[in-house]
Amino acid sequence: MTIDRALPRTADNMLLSGSGDGTRVQLRGIEKSFGPTRVLHGVDLDIAPGEFVSLLGPSGCGKTTALRVLAGLEHADRGTVLLGGADVSRVPTNRRDIGMVFQSYSLFPHLRVVDNTAFGLRRRGVARRQAATRAGDALELVGLGHLADRFPHQLSGGQQQRVALARALVTEPRVLLLDEPLSALDAKVRVQLRDEIRRLQLRLGITTVFVTHDQEEALAISDRIAVMNSGRIEQIGTPEELYLRPRTPGVAAFVGLSSVVPGTSDGDTVTVWGMRLPVQPAVADGAGTGESTGAAALSGAVEALVRPENVRVHPDGGAGVTAEVEESTFLGSFRRTMLRTADGTILHAQHDAHERLEYGQVVSVTLAPEPVVVRPVG
Amino acid sequence: MNRLGPSRVTRTVIGVVVGAFFAIPLLSTVLYTFRMPDGTYSGARWLGLFDAHTVATAKPIWTGLGNSLVLCLVTVAIVLLLLAPTMVLVNLRFPQLRRAFEFTVLLPISIPAIVLVVGLAPIYLQIGRALGTGTWTLAFAYGITVLPFAYRSIQASIDAVDLKTLAEAARSLGAGWPTTVLRVLAPNLRPGLLAASLIAVAVVLGEFTIASLLNRQVFQTAMVVVQKQDPYLPAIFTLLALLFCFLLLLAIGRAARGPRKDRP
Repeated sequence: MTIDRALPRTADNMLLSGSGDGTRVQLRGIEKSFGPTRVLHGVDLDIAPGEFVSLLGPSGCGKTTALRVLAGLEHADRGTVLLGGADVSRVPTNRRDIGMVFQSYSLFPHLRVVDNTAFGLRRRGVARRQAATRAGDALELVGLGHLADRFPHQLSGGQQQRVALARALVTEPRVLLLDEPLSALDAKVRVQLRDEIRRLQLRLGITTVFVTHDQEEALAISDRIAVMNSGRIEQIGTPEELYLRPRTPGVAAFVGLSSVVPGTSDGDTVTVWGMRLPVQPAVADGAGTGESTGAAALSGAVEALVRPENVRVHPDGGAGVTAEVEESTFLGSFRRTMLRTADGTILHAQHDAHERLEYGQVVSVTLAPEPVVVRPVG
Repeated sequence: MNRLGPSRVTRTVIGVVVGAFFAIPLLSTVLYTFRMPDGTYSGARWLGLFDAHTVATAKPIWTGLGNSLVLCLVTVAIVLLLLAPTMVLVNLRFPQLRRAFEFTVLLPISIPAIVLVVGLAPIYLQIGRALGTGTWTLAFAYGITVLPFAYRSIQASIDAVDLKTLAEAARSLGAGWPTTVLRVLAPNLRPGLLAASLIAVAVVLGEFTIASLLNRQVFQTAMVVVQKQDPYLPAIFTLLALLFCFLLLLAIGRAARGPRKDRP
């Protein structure tokens, strides 16, 4: 069944009751080029009903394009988009029944907040009075009911994005698409709104796709994260899986902080400064593999990616490699220290906050024998 | 107010010079319409505007004015219904065409009207056969001459809003293209659309060359005709036309700034 029909008239207010079963969202073999540039190389993604999935990656990796294909704002050269099992590849954006929040402020400047919020309802044939009531409810949901009569230019950036969220949710769309909605906001508002989005999403049970280049953001609110690079999904998994068992060096480098240290690999273990560390075994499964680590295939000179919590600092010296403290930042309950070894390698270490290290202090460093991801030199 | 702006003296001097530049010819015209052959001043010509004899003399002007107003309407329609949607389309869907489009649209400003007529004459021969020789058909030519001016003011509005995001937001909320353009884009381009319309009206009311060479009677050509019988009458009408344009400008300026509508 395609949704090649008028949008449903939603009578009762599911927004407030917080039901909704969520819709399954699938991308199958999506390919997209802009002119000669290939942006998506066959993206496959299967999102369960009610799931919150982030597309994470550096700028230019194709994450926004993937979202726009899902929204119908771009047409894929190849591949299909399925919403609730129905092929919507040829259905225009306005009939896909989606809600979308954009990176740039997208409220209609000539309409009051309440009319902005009611816009989608009016397009679905809801009567003016009823639309205004429901828009008011949706604004209450994001805590802005008292600003209904303002114009967008009278609101702060955070408030505008909240209204945009209310506007996207009020029609009870089948899927909520968030295209870096927090990137224009300052740090504190960003965290607040991020948590609020997640709370709302869990309450409404709406399938959500969130595009971001901020790994911390993605780790904090996603059920699963799809890490994208050069138009491919390198790995998809829960935040824990990505952090603890990154399948590719790209994922390891992008998700969480890593130090890149030189070592020698024999396939199963890597030797770094005389310390032997197990190599993270390559996980073999179907979802879009990019540059495969092929741990077994790599031997000889490699680079190992070490997490800061696995770098142990010994201020009193002892075994391990000697390093000089370059910078040490107090971060509340812990402290993050940047060290430089004699061979010029930069190491990031995370340790107890009361372990104070001075600039220029010479310490010795050991690496915890936790599995590391390795990649070819260069 | 603005520390980087010119000083108060500089501003006053600039204001006076620019003001004089416009005021002197206007005042001269006003004085001219009041001055009698014996050197005295009298308002007789203004008061006698609706005398039977004067009305008969001024008849071509009234006809020409009527024609010009019809031309204004058709030209504004061309700007609002053809140029503006095309510009939205180019900006949203074919941004790679923007340069070429801008170049084409700005071309008429560099082509003298008299050269334009050389090209237009044979075209109007065909238009005359297809649509008749009604004066309103001049609007096609005027549509071209106002292009550069209308383009600039509309483009300024387009550049001031994030057209793409607004359109995409409207589409994601379930609006089709017609609704998106009429309810979301047009209200936000209102200042540019109003300015473009005003400029179109001003250009049409002031146009002489094309109308004259294509033998159509409009406001300006009628003035020349009447001037041969009564040199004072066209001066009076010129002043009235200027006043009209001035009031139009005020009205449009007010509408553009005016209170925002509170619903779509």
